[in-house]
Amino acid sequence: MQTDWSVVLTFLPQLIAGAKITVQITVIGLLGGLILGTVAGLMRAYGGRVLNAVAFAYVELIRGTPIVVQVMFLYFAMPVLTGLRVDPMSAAVLAIIVNAGAYIAEIVRGAFLSISKGLSEAGLALGLPQWKVLVYILGPLAFRRLIPPLGNQFIVSLKDTSLFIVIGVGELTRTGQEIMAANFRAVEIWTAVAIIYLVLTGTMSVALRMIEKRMRIL
Amino acid sequence: MSIIEFRKTSKHFGDLKVLDEVDLDIDVGEVVVLIGPSGSGKSTLLRCINGLEQISGGDLVMDGISVRAGKKQLRLIRQEAGMVFQQFNLFPQMTALENVAFGPRKVRGASAAEARKQALALLEKVGLRDKAGHYPAELSGGQQQRVAIARALAVRPKVMLFDEPTSALDPELKQEVLTVMRQLAQEGMTMVVVTHEMAFAKQVGTRLIFMEHGKISVDGNPRDVIENPPSERLKDFLQHVE
Repeated sequence: MQTDWSVVLTFLPQLIAGAKITVQITVIGLLGGLILGTVAGLMRAYGGRVLNAVAFAYVELIRGTPIVVQVMFLYFAMPVLTGLRVDPMSAAVLAIIVNAGAYIAEIVRGAFLSISKGLSEAGLALGLPQWKVLVYILGPLAFRRLIPPLGNQFIVSLKDTSLFIVIGVGELTRTGQEIMAANFRAVEIWTAVAIIYLVLTGTMSVALRMIEKRMRIL
Repeated sequence: MSIIEFRKTSKHFGDLKVLDEVDLDIDVGEVVVLIGPSGSGKSTLLRCINGLEQISGGDLVMDGISVRAGKKQLRLIRQEAGMVFQQFNLFPQMTALENVAFGPRKVRGASAAEARKQALALLEKVGLRDKAGHYPAELSGGQQQRVAIARALAVRPKVMLFDEPTSALDPELKQEVLTVMRQLAQEGMTMVVVTHEMAFAKQVGTRLIFMEHGKISVDGNPRDVIENPPSERLKDFLQHVE
């Protein structure tokens, strides 16, 4: 078998363009997922019966279905149902928001509920309203406990973007696939693609480690 | 003048009756010591005063406000009734100073400088001025509890509620906490204390209440009650505590 690694160099600009799209989907998707997940997680932990049920249904629906099916639904089925066309990129970002949001909701709920009830009582006993107890006392503590499982979810979501190949978003895996189809350099191209993913997830890991180091878990 | 009034106050946890139509008036300046076997309702009685437990029947008025008056009123009650917990419950992400300054800042709306000054004075009062910059994890149990007392005092309450404040402490460390409490009583603070410290009850308490099955079974002068227990059950209980 002959390998020719120079093809990687030739197609590097294309691969990097694909990686940029992967990063874009991941970053915007996770920012949205973080907001959605925090809201849903707090609804689960502190909401009344109705809010809790709504959040519970959302989490179960998303966790119980594959992300490929979710993005196919957003891209192909939603337009049929609502008449609204979405471009592949938006569908991809939306899929990450909705999907990561459900997992993050459980992470957020767990982090808040793991904090001793006594601390919340101590805050309330001072005469603080519930929301201030959440923001000033429980929030900062929960945040520290969120970082390790959140890091895990970030990496999973980044890799999940590769599944959006099914709706034709030009992200990294799709780019690799297209180059491969033209020159059949499977070993070189898929190695390069894998390494780029490793660099991306590795960077994320290191960044999270650094944040984790700065904040002791209390 | 009564500052805390229980009016046929009841509390149920499901079918379990923890407080059974309790009537009790506590006056300004009293140091009421609550004792009783576990499950007798003494902690629940205390926690109903600041609404950490919601009462199920009757009424409970603290500083002229009913605990059933609503969320906003409940917050006013809590500002007037400081609480100290068995497990200290200091905020672990804040230093001793920040813990004490937290209430004035976030509840009373004091400026940072004002809150800090007040917090330092309170830490001085509980003998921990030099630990101001330490985090709770770096303090002994006794020191943590003294910071917790300072934190509760910082909101300037009219009443202090103590829920077994020394039960989680070694005998040696208990004393430093009891000393602070004794000092507070001497300053005229109205106090309600759930404890098993009979020496404290005798020396500092102005009133001793023995609870059984969610009811007040004995209510009297601590010295009299401890030396001449009016019921067999109390006599038996006291023998086990000492």
